[in-house]
Amino acid sequence: MDLLNFLLEDFFVTGQPLIYGAMVSIVLVSFAIVFVLTYFKKWGWLWREWLTTVDHKKIGIMYIIAALAMLFRGGVDALMMRVQLTLPGMEFLDSQHYNEIFTTHGTIMIIFMAMPFLIGLMNYIVPLQIGARDVAFPFLNALSFWSFAFGALLFNISFVIGGSPDAGWTSYTPMAGANLNPGPAQNYYLMGLQVSGIGTLATGINFIVTILKMRAPGMHMMRMPIFTWSTLITSIIIVFAFPILTVALALMTIDRIFGSHFFTLTGEGMPMMWANLFWLWGHPEVYIVILPAFGIFSEIISTFARKQLFGYKAMVYSMVVIAALSFVVWVHHFFTMGAGGAVNSFFSITTMLIAVPTGVKIFNWLGTMYKGRIRFDTPMLWSLAFIPCFVIGGVTGVMLAMAAADYQYHNTYFLVAHFHYVLIAGTVFGCFAGLTYWYPKMFGHKLNEKIGKISFWFFVIGFNICFFPMYFLGLAGMPRRTYTIEPEWMPLNVTASIGAVLMAIGFVIFVYNIYYSFRYSKRETTGDAWDGRALEWATTTPVPFYNFATLPHIDGSEAFWRLKERGGSTYETDKLKPIHMPSDSGVPFIMMALMFVASFALVWEWITLAIVGLIGVIVCMVIRSFDYDDGFYVSVDEIKRTEEKAREGEQ
Amino acid sequence: MSELTKRVPKQHIVGFIGSIVLTVLAAWTAVGSNLPVPWIITAIMVLAVIQAFIQLFMFMHMTETDSGKIQAGNMLYGFFIAVVIVAGSIWTMSFGYTHDHGGNSDTEQHEEHMDH
Ligand code: HEM
Ligand SMILES: [Cu+2]
Repeated sequence: MDLLNFLLEDFFVTGQPLIYGAMVSIVLVSFAIVFVLTYFKKWGWLWREWLTTVDHKKIGIMYIIAALAMLFRGGVDALMMRVQLTLPGMEFLDSQHYNEIFTTHGTIMIIFMAMPFLIGLMNYIVPLQIGARDVAFPFLNALSFWSFAFGALLFNISFVIGGSPDAGWTSYTPMAGANLNPGPAQNYYLMGLQVSGIGTLATGINFIVTILKMRAPGMHMMRMPIFTWSTLITSIIIVFAFPILTVALALMTIDRIFGSHFFTLTGEGMPMMWANLFWLWGHPEVYIVILPAFGIFSEIISTFARKQLFGYKAMVYSMVVIAALSFVVWVHHFFTMGAGGAVNSFFSITTMLIAVPTGVKIFNWLGTMYKGRIRFDTPMLWSLAFIPCFVIGGVTGVMLAMAAADYQYHNTYFLVAHFHYVLIAGTVFGCFAGLTYWYPKMFGHKLNEKIGKISFWFFVIGFNICFFPMYFLGLAGMPRRTYTIEPEWMPLNVTASIGAVLMAIGFVIFVYNIYYSFRYSKRETTGDAWDGRALEWATTTPVPFYNFATLPHIDGSEAFWRLKERGGSTYETDKLKPIHMPSDSGVPFIMMALMFVASFALVWEWITLAIVGLIGVIVCMVIRSFDYDDGFYVSVDEIKRTEEKAREGEQ
Repeated sequence: MSELTKRVPKQHIVGFIGSIVLTVLAAWTAVGSNLPVPWIITAIMVLAVIQAFIQLFMFMHMTETDSGKIQAGNMLYGFFIAVVIVAGSIWTMSFGYTHDHGGNSDTEQHEEHMDH
């Protein structure tokens, strides 16, 4: 009886028709998946090919699929918010539910959509771009993915089990502290981010080592493709920024679960220290999600303008400068906290400074296109749309950077418009551009151009209709995170909601295009779908699991372009040697599943179960430490067979 | 090998003397000087940091392997970030906050800021 009470009153979220609907659909979809897998006898396939894989390409694809799913979830949240804000006095969501939704929307979009999407693309592309056969630590790579996947799962179940966090993606204390926010909801935020953060940190380390140590012979640092450079810089920022988040999350977890006083109002705590630590990580984080997108745009613009990237060195140095500056601007997120004039002025200036290297890049892209013979394929369209939209976001960012003016803009829709202009026009356009661009490499056929363009126009036009009015709403005084609007804000809000619907249509068309192209697109016969310039295009399509049969010697930048000119290939029969590859392993999946159990228990403050789960994790580590499997060799015969088959169509 | 043994290990000697001088200086600051306490602490910290760099560069040959540049860059960057986090947090967060609840003007300021 007690148990039943607990289940109905605390465990499951009850009383909300929308959430009942969600529960039913979750159960149905789960059953459907189990049924399909069992009926078609696919469980073994799933386990062998995906759950235990350490292949960077498959891991990359899993990241991207998961990120698209999260984009869907975050997008549904967004649409619900837009419905509620369309008209004054709407009663679609009550204030509590609205708080929960903007919290999950923000957290999911940044942590579980933007980062995994980019990390997925990095996973697939970077080893190919530098001529490596996998990342430096393939096992760790799988571990990263599963930590992200289980972290995301943990965060996502909150809305049906226990309730969603509601203190914003920034989770400021004392609002998010145990006093004002009791119960498991906020713990989901803490544990979800903590678990997935392990993976992000490991990814950072993995890519730094991969890029520094595993480049093909002759590929000096200054010959690396620019996307690889952006990945390297991003990884460095990750390695230095994520520990701050880890520590901050841990401190708040200890506050909430074990009653300490780091961020509490009472007991000598310092609530604003959370905001400080959060943004010490948070601003580098926004560069973590924009730099790889910059890299993607650079690759695409150079390929489709059919010119070498203009100002390669300037690009590299500006990223290095950003890596340093991004750590000294964080206070601009809380100018209004009330630190003195000296502090605010200092951070005003650093913030404006960081706009300089960012601006340099804009000129690099324009310079690359100047006098180029531009092709307007879908990836290029996304990149072209990115430039003006991002400039709007950047310029309004500089407006926000003026501390005195920010007292007006702060926490209004002006801010909301700013960060959507940088995050959507930057990161999301970048992800769509990158996915469309590298799609033929990943799946052996292009996305349909016509449908792709329709989805592009819906999304880009919708985006501007949705977010541009928000600047004016902000100036008119509409506060951020409000759940009802005043009548005088109605016209612009209606406009914004129409824009949101157009974006949703654009997204649906994008996803439909994946299905349509799978059925009807022409299959690629060569590996070089766009007349590319960097080394990833040198491999066949589909890419053999060992990537390169033989590694070409790199004698300059734009490795593949040179290779094409001198008629080289990645399959020189006289140079074939057995290739060493890592073995698959189920340990990462199991270990992170146990981590999931432990953190789920901690969310509910079931300490015994949490300890049991953690012991399981440690056992997995021990198993891994005594695992002497050094991988296996692919024989020359097998390489020959694979390559001959893949290259049939080429002649 | 022979080349190495013949050469005067200049780096080591400089490093060795440097370390001794720095240590003596630190000891003197603490024991012999009459500086105010905050100055003593600052001085010792600065000396310690210089000392750490001497160790890294002159004895641990940080820059001499083929990835030396990377190691040096990494250390410097890490050092920079650590300073930013610690010093930056102290600097930005030490305004109007006090745990002295005696009702002096500082506490009032503190409460005022909590309204935002
Ligand atoms: C041109 C460079 C940029 C400048 C000068 C700039 C400036 C600012 C400032 C001053 C704020 C705080 C405003 C306030 O709270 O009142 C802010 C917020 C924000 N910016 Fe930027 N920004 C820039 C680029 C970016 C980029 C590239 C991204 C991400 C891709 C980004 C994402 C965000 C986010 C997510 C927030 C708000 C977070 C929140 O409070 O929830 N910004 N920006
Ligand atoms: Cu920022």
